[in-house]
Amino acid sequence: MPNGTPVLDFIRYNQYLTGTKIGCREGDCGACTVIVGELNNGELRYRTATSCLMPLGNAHGKHIVTIEGLNMAELNPIQQAMSDESATQCGFCTPGFVVSMAAFCLSKKEPTSENAIAAIDGNICRCTGYKSIERAAARVADLLVQRQDEDPAKFAVKKAMLPSYFFNMKERLQTLSLNLNGELTNENAAAQRVGGGTDLYVQKHDEIKEASIRFLFDQPGLKGIQQAGNQCLIGPSATVTDLIESPVIQEYFPDFKAYTKLISSTPIRNMATIGGNFINASPIGDFTIFFLALDATLTFSDGTTSRELPLRDLYKSYKTLDKQPEENLEQIRFDLPDSNTRFNYEKVSKRTHLDIASVNSAIRITAENDVLINVKLSAGGVAATPKQLTKTAEFLTGKLLTEELILDAIVIAQTEIAPISDARGTEAYKRLLLSQLIKAHFIKLFPAMKVERLIPATAK
Amino acid sequence: MKNIDSSTHVRGESIYLDDIPLIRGTLFGVAFGSPVAHGIIRSLDLTEAETMPGVVRILTYKDVTGENQIGGIVPDEPLLAEHHVHYCGMPIAFVLAETDNEARAAVKKITVTIEPLPVITDPRDAQAKGELIVRPRTFRLGETAAAWEQCTYIFEGVADTNGQEHLYIETQGAYAIPQENNGIKLYSSTQGPTAVQRAVTKSSGLPMHQIDVDVTRLGGGFGGKEDQANMWAALCALATHILKKPVKYSLHRLEDMAMTGKRHPYSSDFKIGLDNDLKIIAYEVTFYQNAGAAADLSPAVMERTLFHCTNSYFIPNVTATAFCCRTNLPPNTAFRGFGGPQGMFVIEAAIAKAAESLGVDAAVIQAKNLNKTGDEFPYGQKAESEAHACWTKAEELYDIETIRHNVASFNAANVLYKKGIALMPVCFGISFTNTRMNQARALVHVYTDGSVGVSTGAVEMGQGVNTKMLQVAAQTFSIQPERVKLQSTSTYRIANTSPSAASATADLNGRAVQIACTDIVNRLKAVAADVLQVRVDEISLQDEYIYLGDKKTDWYWQRLVMEAYAKRVSLSEHAHYSTPDIHYDATKEKGHPFAYHVYGTALVDVTVDCLRGTYEMEAVKVVHDFGASMNPMIDRGQIEGGIVQGIGWMTMEEVVFDKSGRLRSNALSTYKVPDIYSVPKEIAINFLETQQDNLAIFRSKAVGEPPLMYGIGAYFALRNAILAFNPTTTIPFDAPMTPEKVLLALYDVNPALILANDQTVKGLEVTG
Repeated sequence: MPNGTPVLDFIRYNQYLTGTKIGCREGDCGACTVIVGELNNGELRYRTATSCLMPLGNAHGKHIVTIEGLNMAELNPIQQAMSDESATQCGFCTPGFVVSMAAFCLSKKEPTSENAIAAIDGNICRCTGYKSIERAAARVADLLVQRQDEDPAKFAVKKAMLPSYFFNMKERLQTLSLNLNGELTNENAAAQRVGGGTDLYVQKHDEIKEASIRFLFDQPGLKGIQQAGNQCLIGPSATVTDLIESPVIQEYFPDFKAYTKLISSTPIRNMATIGGNFINASPIGDFTIFFLALDATLTFSDGTTSRELPLRDLYKSYKTLDKQPEENLEQIRFDLPDSNTRFNYEKVSKRTHLDIASVNSAIRITAENDVLINVKLSAGGVAATPKQLTKTAEFLTGKLLTEELILDAIVIAQTEIAPISDARGTEAYKRLLLSQLIKAHFIKLFPAMKVERLIPATAK
Repeated sequence: MKNIDSSTHVRGESIYLDDIPLIRGTLFGVAFGSPVAHGIIRSLDLTEAETMPGVVRILTYKDVTGENQIGGIVPDEPLLAEHHVHYCGMPIAFVLAETDNEARAAVKKITVTIEPLPVITDPRDAQAKGELIVRPRTFRLGETAAAWEQCTYIFEGVADTNGQEHLYIETQGAYAIPQENNGIKLYSSTQGPTAVQRAVTKSSGLPMHQIDVDVTRLGGGFGGKEDQANMWAALCALATHILKKPVKYSLHRLEDMAMTGKRHPYSSDFKIGLDNDLKIIAYEVTFYQNAGAAADLSPAVMERTLFHCTNSYFIPNVTATAFCCRTNLPPNTAFRGFGGPQGMFVIEAAIAKAAESLGVDAAVIQAKNLNKTGDEFPYGQKAESEAHACWTKAEELYDIETIRHNVASFNAANVLYKKGIALMPVCFGISFTNTRMNQARALVHVYTDGSVGVSTGAVEMGQGVNTKMLQVAAQTFSIQPERVKLQSTSTYRIANTSPSAASATADLNGRAVQIACTDIVNRLKAVAADVLQVRVDEISLQDEYIYLGDKKTDWYWQRLVMEAYAKRVSLSEHAHYSTPDIHYDATKEKGHPFAYHVYGTALVDVTVDCLRGTYEMEAVKVVHDFGASMNPMIDRGQIEGGIVQGIGWMTMEEVVFDKSGRLRSNALSTYKVPDIYSVPKEIAINFLETQQDNLAIFRSKAVGEPPLMYGIGAYFALRNAILAFNPTTTIPFDAPMTPEKVLLALYDVNPALILANDQTVKGLEVTG
């Protein structure tokens, strides 16, 4: 099979393992969820992935676990919990739920019900047995409370939660990694670049399987999140989960986890790269909007020369970039917020979680004594490209913050946008929603604001 | 007892259509659907597609060996379009290739020239143009025209509900395998094996006895695989019949969403009149059902809308009319509730309108008008009501007065967030409204090792019907459940089945199993009486042993079975059940169509974020009339699932077609169903256990569809929360209540502004 084949097709139609189901082929249902184990700085780390969006090339040298790989002679305790709680109805989504819960057991996440439920945020049950699945998830979390600092895989094997082969998987992967021999290099300058695949495999499902692909996801030079002075440097292949787990991000964006709860799902966050989010140029790219407010700078290289480009200048028109096909995104950097700087991210979609935004927006404000020294505001879903609302930001800059100022700024923001009506909302809605999200930014960042003056019931 | 499939489900070992191991030489089919919603085919060019790698054959209507027709109720649905196309996605050609990828690649090379005809997507437009699929029907009780005079208050309005995509996670599909002498073994993901068999028979020209439709289970159905499975099965069977090769078609999600019908959207006019005491005196309603391009099950769905137009209420004067309107959308079809929810939404809207106008809580009007035993429904049947029992118990058990008080104080104290609650009583009739469908058969074999095989016409799709069938057999034989196996549903074993639908599957098939097992038990008892030299009535079977009175004998189950075999007594039975006492006269629109009704009351409690227009479902608290549940674990799952599906329909699930009839919400990225975070934080279910006899199996009332309608309460709770924020706003009765509609209502943004942008909605691609 070509290395662009989705792992899902390899599992079902080459390995004939049919427990991994096909629901949507776009990462939105979780029926095809698998666990991906890989060595990360010498540690064995397991995360979920939707196998429909994962190219075989990204599975190279890794441990891919399907539902069959979790089966033991008797039901494992995760399966037992799902069965005991009557958490299966038609059963078609069930293997995906079990796999996601097993990945939770293999992670170092704190064993709370809340975290166990978060682990299945990418799995859709249409029947829809979520309440019983929640009860099963809580039981699974209970199984882990005694683990403490023990290695999750070893603990799971010891407690007969997972098959014994997990016990020495780290050593097996170490042996395997030594044997990797550049099988995935692709010198074709025009090759299709693929990061996590989460957007490309939805948009170009049919063509991409057979395409000439340069795989970026596992290139060591493109990974990593570091602090350098007052700047943060991010490798474009860093995933959303990498960001969530990064100490730098956690320190400077204490609400980051709450923002990302609104963005896709656990398996997609495990796969989706920040660089991919920028380059796919969706007008509502969640991280594009996030980093636009941080005024991030990008470094591109065509292999011989490098250049820098502010993210705000990347988008020329709908899905058209200031980027040559042979150029690769090499680095993302931005100034970390200082003590006078506040940041907020807002997103509203038809379904609060695991959905694409109707409108999203981020703001970074440096303020002293309620005077706005510096403002960067971004918005998605309101134009053909992800936008910095520069006029609105300029208007706000240097002013004393009042409720009236915000209402005036909203009027200016409306002149900067040109939303279209589509399945995510009408133009009228998107305009109103952006105004509301701008208010939400200030209400959250400046709790002293008088809410009543910002949202009179008759406001238009 | 747990669902008997739960072990294989959690291990990923349950077999669905796409998991069946392929037979050598299998070809893969993919349908080419019409790119436009209405028009005349001027030319169809297959030449390039036919030369694509792996392509074996491309079938068109000219290749149909039988009649080019698969319509169930009305013969108005060709298997493959001839000269006209009536909806986007209507199959025109069927490509067969050696691999699935090759078939899909070839489909893209087919070109068709279609002369466009005007496209209708709105049912009211269709009705105005006389585009009706069947005659309109009117249910009458009393005389509304005369009753308005007695009314102190009269309110009129319009209420709309949108469609709903089934989104069974397993897509539609079929796999046909040729047998000798023109027979076909047909695996189909269908709720109606006989419906598939009939469609195949008609379109292939083969007799029914040649077609073995075999179903192990479905990965979800919800009504979407009742008649809509026929198309794919008939295409595969036709190809198999012509090519003598196994043929499989498992639809991609985008194909499934684009080509199959959904829950019917309705637009309705209502007029409601109340007296001084808020008793509803008269109700007039006109339903415009958006049936799509062909009848499918629409006439039956429309009928159930009329049956449930007064929900749980007794209204002495009712005139309810329904139009089955032909539009250029995929033929809309069954979906859990089958038109009932659409009918109930309108009466609830009418009550809400009255309540909001009069400044009273809707619950006051609801409670005053709940039906009582002996009250007449507009179709003539007399209620055996649990409406008051459920309502009163809910009020007391959940202390609704305190909840109301808490909501009021929360709303007084908060600006950014408002809470809303609504009560939703439900009364749902159980039986197929087409009386003749209320029959079922079961085939039970006891093998000489004591194991038991049970076949029925029921299809397992997650509702747990096979578990209930197993319980019936094990209980009737008084043996361990492990001895019983439910066989797949096969038209070779059980003929002329009704689809697994109408919530009645467990009742009908369970009764048939009970009769079959009882007959075998009676023969076994006779054998035992003979051996033990006692009278038959002294003998009973208990826990795998023969008892003489209360004395256990040493005759255990296997020994008795073996003895019966040795005595050449039949250990098999094929039994038939038909629901007694039901009848309906459609010329008078009167009768007794339902075996019984299921009642319940739900309280729905929501919080709206008045800044962002988003919301959370806090709680749904239900008192539900189970009769006497034979499987509380499964029934609880059905209730919880129905509630969440109903809330989805009323909140985030928004089917969007553009004016040209193309589906815009065509993938899971644009059509959202509830995820684990959108379910109510709390679902409380209280089992109202009743002692009265009923026609349900083991008195365990049907539970599949009724709970879906509790979700309607979510719409009205959201409305109440919005009104708490902005009491003067205008909110059209237009479900689903998406965050968009909530935000626009919170700030009373003129809907005309939205209409002005309608052109862009319809003209632009979805951005991704």
